[in-house]
Amino acid sequence: MAGIRMQGIVKTFGKTTAIKEISLEVKDGEFLVLLGPSGCGKTTLLRCIAGLETVDAGRIFIGDRDVTDLPPRHRNIAMVFQSYAVFPHMTVRSNIGFGLRMKRVPKPQLERRVQEGAALLALEPFLDRYPAQLSGGQRQRVAVARALVMDAPVLLMDEPLSNLDALLRLQARADLKRLHREVKRTTVYVTHDQVEAMSMGDRIAVMREGVIEQCEPPMQLYTNPASQFVGGFIGSPPMNFLRGRTKAGAFEGEGFSLPMDGSRVEDGRELLLGIRAEQIRFGERGVPARVQVVEPLGATALVTVLVGKVPVKVDAPVNTTVRPDQNVSLAFEPADIRWMDATTGAALAH
Amino acid sequence: MWARTEEILPYALLLPSLVFLALLILIPMVQALLLAIQADSGEFTTAYLQRMAVDVNFNDAWRNTLLLIVLIVPLQIVLALAMALLVNSRFKGHQWFLYVYAIPLAISDLAAGILWLAVFTERGYLNTAAQGLGIVDQAKVYLSFENFGGLVAAIVIAESWRATAIVMVILVAGLQLIPRDFFEAADLFGANRLRRTLYVVLPLLRPSLQSALIIRTIFAFQTFAVVLALAGRNMPVIAAEAYSWYANNRDAHLAASYALLLLGLTIVFTFVYLRVLGLREAEVKR
Repeated sequence: MAGIRMQGIVKTFGKTTAIKEISLEVKDGEFLVLLGPSGCGKTTLLRCIAGLETVDAGRIFIGDRDVTDLPPRHRNIAMVFQSYAVFPHMTVRSNIGFGLRMKRVPKPQLERRVQEGAALLALEPFLDRYPAQLSGGQRQRVAVARALVMDAPVLLMDEPLSNLDALLRLQARADLKRLHREVKRTTVYVTHDQVEAMSMGDRIAVMREGVIEQCEPPMQLYTNPASQFVGGFIGSPPMNFLRGRTKAGAFEGEGFSLPMDGSRVEDGRELLLGIRAEQIRFGERGVPARVQVVEPLGATALVTVLVGKVPVKVDAPVNTTVRPDQNVSLAFEPADIRWMDATTGAALAH
Repeated sequence: MWARTEEILPYALLLPSLVFLALLILIPMVQALLLAIQADSGEFTTAYLQRMAVDVNFNDAWRNTLLLIVLIVPLQIVLALAMALLVNSRFKGHQWFLYVYAIPLAISDLAAGILWLAVFTERGYLNTAAQGLGIVDQAKVYLSFENFGGLVAAIVIAESWRATAIVMVILVAGLQLIPRDFFEAADLFGANRLRRTLYVVLPLLRPSLQSALIIRTIFAFQTFAVVLALAGRNMPVIAAEAYSWYANNRDAHLAASYALLLLGLTIVFTFVYLRVLGLREAEVKR
């Protein structure tokens, strides 16, 4: 077993810098998710760990070994590709055993491990089939089995669920989580789906434009986003932001003023008030708003209100009495507010 | 009205090429077939085929043709594969190699034959160079009916030089159709270059290899101008016999019989390639 340590990784493609000096440590046995919008560099970072891309600067360690200059096959890793890359000319059995065959594992042992891998992913009935005879979900499981039987200490996954339909994705997500608990490999998992990241990761590294904005356990990320970007990316609906300016111990926005424990913040500074939808109540006093849409979602109702011209999402009880065009007041606890700098988007220490 | 046009349009667009193919290929082909099995009186006969079978050059012709195929085709496939893998590895300047390799494609086969004749003939470049370097004192005779090995070697070299590029082009195209992920997965799961080629690239390249083999074998059966230029009548091959019976002996029936033999052999080889290299049904179908 081994952790991964990245120090000052830089990767450029021509004139674009895909990764701007990233340092990150993945602990032994940890499930780390690289999360971010497309083009943020998350897949590139994963491919650097895999050795499929060479880094322009920085070192990568797996365990105590510096693998920066090693080809992929000597890094002792296994990977699940987004396209699965399951070889179409091999049966499921040969596909799962491919890595072991390349490592010249003796035949009896190879067969036993293929059998185990197939059992772990419920693939036994399909061992003699070709990939073309499998469904997308089954092919994905072949790719996972092929990676797991390697017994490599590090497992890399590049959006392994993105090609599955929604229902299958839920199932496969739970399966992967269970597998990780059973085999406890150090895992780096790339996704752009924040729900997937929240549900699976021990920690999530949120990436944007080649840098890691924040790397923390999911709930910490959710409650204490380090920036406007993280708050807006994590959670469904995303965090609400209201723009305003500090003035004599109060926060003044468009059409509202809130008392603020402003001792730490100088007067006249432009700030963002960040608040989660489920932490807003409709009250007697607070930020005046106008109801725009009410969407009953079953367990709750999602209410969109306008504060000035800014839409704000409110998680209300499903039996809420507010109606469109009604004037309401939004109330929330000061402790739930996350303050961000309006220009940089960075969270203020609280 | 519009729907009718839509229905007719594809056929209308295909018609010119159909007419072209029928006039210039299909009808002459049927006529040639008939020439081989039909007497001038109109009755069907095997007399021409029998005469071909006892023709003095018949055994040499089919043996030489098969010998050349057995030597040339595998050599070309291996060379072309090596070149294609090299070009596909995208080293700096790889596109130049593609162009250089492809130059012989632009040269007609007779010209290629004459070009290599200039190399191998008694006072050719090869002897001049060898003498100049002091490797041999006297000019050697490579191309004579007494030196069968020399003739075969010269033809194999000339044919390989001339037509390997077409195989390479097909294989490069085939390699580029293989998603990169497969190469990367092979790398990642421990395959070195050789094993990646053997276990992943070659099997995935089967459809292209199949096309390349079929095309190359068909053309190798028809090898004619290069052989004629380098060996003259010292090395009978089927295509040259067909030509000779038609042009020199004025016997269209025997010429057609040789052509029929060529057709038969081509079909057999193509069938074998399709069976051996074809994708298994399970690999493509659900």
